[in-house]
Amino acid sequence: MTLPLLVRRSLRQHALSTAVTALSLSLAGGLLMTVWVMRQQARQTFERMDGGWDAVLGARSSKLQLVLNAIFHLEASPGNIKATDVALLASNPAVRAVVPIAMGDNYQGFRIVGVTTNLFAGHEYAPGHAFKVGEGRVFEDNLREAVVGSFAARKLGFKVGTEFQPYHGLNYSSNPRDNVQHEDTYVVVGILEPSNTPADRVVWIPVAGLQNMAGHDPSAAEDYSAALVKLRDPAAGFRLDQLYNKQGDRLTFAWPIGTVMAQLFDKIGWFDKVLALVAWLVAVVAAASVLASIYNSMSARRRDIAILRALGARRGTVFASIVLEAASVAAMGAMGGFVVHIGLLAGAGVIVRAQTGVLIEPFQPGWVWLWAPAALVGLAALAGVVPAFKAYKVDVASSLAPDS
Amino acid sequence: MALLHIDGLQKAYVGPDGSRHQVVDIPRFELAEGAAVALAGPSGSGKTTFLNLVAGILAPDAGHVRIDGTDVAQLPEHERDRFRARHVGYIFQTFNLLQGFTCLENVLLGMSFGHGIDRARAEALLRRVGLGERLHHFPRQLSTGQQQRVAVARALAGKPRLVLADEPTGNLDPRHAQEALALIREVCAENGSALLLVSHDRDILARFGMVASLADINRASRATSSGGAS
Repeated sequence: MTLPLLVRRSLRQHALSTAVTALSLSLAGGLLMTVWVMRQQARQTFERMDGGWDAVLGARSSKLQLVLNAIFHLEASPGNIKATDVALLASNPAVRAVVPIAMGDNYQGFRIVGVTTNLFAGHEYAPGHAFKVGEGRVFEDNLREAVVGSFAARKLGFKVGTEFQPYHGLNYSSNPRDNVQHEDTYVVVGILEPSNTPADRVVWIPVAGLQNMAGHDPSAAEDYSAALVKLRDPAAGFRLDQLYNKQGDRLTFAWPIGTVMAQLFDKIGWFDKVLALVAWLVAVVAAASVLASIYNSMSARRRDIAILRALGARRGTVFASIVLEAASVAAMGAMGGFVVHIGLLAGAGVIVRAQTGVLIEPFQPGWVWLWAPAALVGLAALAGVVPAFKAYKVDVASSLAPDS
Repeated sequence: MALLHIDGLQKAYVGPDGSRHQVVDIPRFELAEGAAVALAGPSGSGKTTFLNLVAGILAPDAGHVRIDGTDVAQLPEHERDRFRARHVGYIFQTFNLLQGFTCLENVLLGMSFGHGIDRARAEALLRRVGLGERLHHFPRQLSTGQQQRVAVARALAGKPRLVLADEPTGNLDPRHAQEALALIREVCAENGSALLLVSHDRDILARFGMVASLADINRASRATSSGGAS
């Protein structure tokens, strides 16, 4: 009873500093856990996010640019490929399906991608999951119709029957004078059900419509931006990789998509480490705040410590009570850290979803939920050793009022 | 048989200028089991230092402090702490209650370092000293007299063999001082505890059958007095 009582009462006596310190520890713990979860979840999610395709064929460029452009609809297109290149690839016996895509326009920042209806004809973007039109129908290949991803539809306020005129280019400027709007008018005929993939952020139109959009270069009317490829045998990717990337010099065959994305995370690994370092530094600073908070109160506690010692408390008991107090503040901070963590994850999830269409599922139990609070408590307990040693050294006789 | 036996007890402090000030120099002192003795001494006569030496809060420079046969002065610090918690009750002039703890918790804490917590006894003792309705009050919510009674309950809760009282009524008005003293002696008698009380209050000293002058037993105090320090 003694130690818990001593700690409980001390925490109550120093309620304000306890609350402030616990709050700083909450922020540190929340940040630490969020950085860890986000880096893991982001990597796992993006490496798995291949849209159901094995590879991408595009103009000569980096594989990463090609994947980001064709799968994640993020990067600029590296250039066009000829229809004959797509046809040649499609005739390869190792290839099961090829869906050419064309891009170059947007509507208020949401990318417009020209595609064939094959994309909506049973292609599985994840095992057991095919794109489904929730409202309306799929566009006709030869009409100015559009099927809109769920996120884009919600943000743009698109419904079936909504008409719109695409803007030229992939980027939409906040200054209306910088945006060039096409004369062609498209009508929304379908809204896709959410797929939690980048497709949710896309306005899909017939590929011929984008190729022949008024204002586009007529000489490129037969070209595509890229081709999404499904192989019969994943091992065939190696042969095609050799064919296009090693022997050829005009096209790039990005395969396998997951490995290409892993390279992205490897490239930004330093940033990952910086983030982790910052999170750890915040945790150390928070632990130091425990030290400062308790240490600064030691002068006021001297008398209480001396009384405890006079009552028979051993130096070790006093020492342990201070260390336990520091650990308790950290434990409270760690509990608060989960609240901060959940808030940060929710916010980060919304941002990632808005920017990429990818739904990260961070609320999965992980070891970080154990070791991060434990590390925080351990750090704080370690920090508590300094004031605890000061308490240990308190001279009883001189600290009790010597009145005679 | 003597419960407390002091032999050649010496304690000196080194001043800021490096000079050595002998505060306690007691060749011999004894206190019988269950006895109640008052020591008279003016401020600065080394009363508190003497009691701290007896309680084992301070280690002497030389000499022996035997309580019930155990030489407290020779014990290592942690053993002295344990011994004090189990066998010595200490009532301070300024009460020294822990302000962040309730009356009951103050008493329980004192017990926890000794023979262990006996909540029923702690509550009974607080009721015995008239604080049954204030078990869960904090010291700041009590009058001075009530705080002193909590301090008495805390010192006696562990049924110590020896109770040390350092000017226990110094902060009380005469009426409360007499009440507090009566209470201390009563509970000590009930527990069979020996009481060693130091005071310079003549009214308090007059209530004791056995009164000794600290100057008589402490040669250092005598030297100070003869030197005209006071």
